[in-house]
Amino acid sequence: MRNHLVLLTIISYAASLGGYVAFLATARRLFGRLGTLLLISGLVCHYLALLERSRWAHTVPYDDLYGSLSLFAWLLAATYLGLELFHRDRSVGVFILPFVLAVFCLAQGTQVAVPAPPPAQGPLLALHITLNVLGYAAFALSFVLSAIYLVQNSLLRSRHLGSIVWRFPALESLERMSRSSVIVGLVSLLVGISFGVLWVNRIWGRYWNGDPKEIITIMILAVYAGYLWLGRTGSWRGARASALCVFNFVLVLFSYSVVNLYLSNFHRFF
Amino acid sequence: MAIVLIGLNHRTAPVELRERVSFTQEAARLASEQLRSRGVLSETVVLSTCNRSELYGVPPESASSAKDSAGAMELFLATFHRIEPAVLNGSLYRRHDREAVRHLFRVAAGLDSMMLGEAEILGQIREAYRIAVDHGGTGPVLNRMFQSALEVGKRVRAETQISARPMSVAFAGVKLAERIFGSLRSHSALILGAGSTGEQVVAHLRDRGISRLGVANRSLQRAAELAERFGAEVVDWEALDSALVWPDTVICSVTSSEPVVSRVAVERAMAARSNRSLLFIDLGVPRNVSAGAAELYNVYLYGVDDLKEIVEQNKRAREAEVPKVELLVEEHVTKFESWQAGVEASAVLRELRSRLGAEREAFLREKLSGMLHLSPDDKRRIAALMDELLDRVLLEPAEKLKTVPDVRRRVRNLEALRDLFRLDQDKS
Repeated sequence: MRNHLVLLTIISYAASLGGYVAFLATARRLFGRLGTLLLISGLVCHYLALLERSRWAHTVPYDDLYGSLSLFAWLLAATYLGLELFHRDRSVGVFILPFVLAVFCLAQGTQVAVPAPPPAQGPLLALHITLNVLGYAAFALSFVLSAIYLVQNSLLRSRHLGSIVWRFPALESLERMSRSSVIVGLVSLLVGISFGVLWVNRIWGRYWNGDPKEIITIMILAVYAGYLWLGRTGSWRGARASALCVFNFVLVLFSYSVVNLYLSNFHRFF
Repeated sequence: MAIVLIGLNHRTAPVELRERVSFTQEAARLASEQLRSRGVLSETVVLSTCNRSELYGVPPESASSAKDSAGAMELFLATFHRIEPAVLNGSLYRRHDREAVRHLFRVAAGLDSMMLGEAEILGQIREAYRIAVDHGGTGPVLNRMFQSALEVGKRVRAETQISARPMSVAFAGVKLAERIFGSLRSHSALILGAGSTGEQVVAHLRDRGISRLGVANRSLQRAAELAERFGAEVVDWEALDSALVWPDTVICSVTSSEPVVSRVAVERAMAARSNRSLLFIDLGVPRNVSAGAAELYNVYLYGVDDLKEIVEQNKRAREAEVPKVELLVEEHVTKFESWQAGVEASAVLRELRSRLGAEREAFLREKLSGMLHLSPDDKRRIAALMDELLDRVLLEPAEKLKTVPDVRRRVRNLEALRDLFRLDQDKS
């Protein structure tokens, strides 16, 4: 059953990507709508696959690389869908879906671990993890949007417009979308951290473990808050803020990879 | 069911001649009525725009040939507009049947327009058709043909890029502004000087609901005039540098040998507007904005040559779409022909059935009158059997006519049928 759902998810995401590519290439609305519908069906299949996995593990699927990556991919796709519907712009779907697909497929390639011991469970921890992963997914989204901003901006400033300039969203829309996804990311990360702190306190009776993951997460919060603040000031508005947003995501990737796998004692896969 | 088209367009006739044979709405209605009342045509639509005047028609069944009908239409066009027929020689084109249908579909697709893929023509066709329908000028053939043309026009614009990108310098400028600012509703623009392209840009900005518009001109009186015409506010020319603080887009078309906007002025303005993006559309030759301004952060500077280059690129992109559009047009021409052949096939079958029915009546009357030993019941049974036989005989050709895919072959079949059963003679 799980394999069927995984296959269906991959097919839906891939077909959705096809729809978005065709939309960007032909500017036909039908393709765009098809992309969105297939993305929704992919999200449903993906959700069912996650559900099955969490039933088996009796908690949110986070305690192995598979669960963590898969959850990240799902939240990335869901956040993108929300952004697309909110801003009514489909032209960046083509750049988000490859990430979703790649992360989801990567998750399939990893070992499925045994369920976590009882202490590592409970609603507080589940919320902590889900919200933090949502935060990272929103940051990934803002990274893609900012990267498109930089490309679009350099094309417009160089005055050598190809055909792609006419298909991308306007610079100001890209900036707005990027800012709104960073706001979503910051809020969910903040709330997620709060749940984590409460949970740590319940288990160990203290609020701070001094874990490298905790330190880098505070740094991530700071650099994204810096992006939001600087993006409003004269000297950073526009391309510089977008470049900062791209740089910030490098920090997220570092936290997700090196810190998780080699430095942290408590956060292995998220 | 022949279709005839005569007309002239921007390719075949100079503007002076096109003006002389153009139709107002009222003239179109009148011409259409006269063409029908004189028996030249049974269905008509008059399509008249600044680039073309065309008469589409279906000659009545009694017309001797489509060629004669076209001749009569041409003569009518000349006399209606009080022009010597010889004046139109060489400017008029004629199209028949499939070619006429293809011509209309290509016009609707924007392939025959002066500006490839322009969208206005579709509205003009819709209007011409609406007028024709309103006064009863159309019938089944032209109804189908014009509805199909409107569908072609819509599909072409939705499914290809033929109408996508801006094709004029003014429109390209406005589209650029949209690439930077998105919707222009909450944005503002300032116009320096005045020129025809600048005015076109203003018209496009107004169409897009720009929220604030300012005009600055060396002559205050001229500025006031322009401001009134555009519904804009007057900006003091002397305070130009400080005025650069508020607009998002500045359109310059000032005749001046020196730039009127210096790099230093833009630098100061950018600091004052805390680096909010500023787009200059510089239509002046020589340039109105110092080239160095383009290096400043969040400043986008486009000159006439840049915009012309964009238009050139877009023209090439549109031309690259033509084969796709032609394919779509061809698909609909074939569809229309199939419909037409289907209608003709059913008409032939109807005629065939009524002719065979009449034969059966005569045959029964002649043969049964001598068979006195048959009861009325027997006679009825024989008549019913013959009906059944006729139905069987007709079933096969009817099915064949419906399923033969090649339209031409189908039409040849119809001709053969008419010949075989002397259907046309029978009618006369």
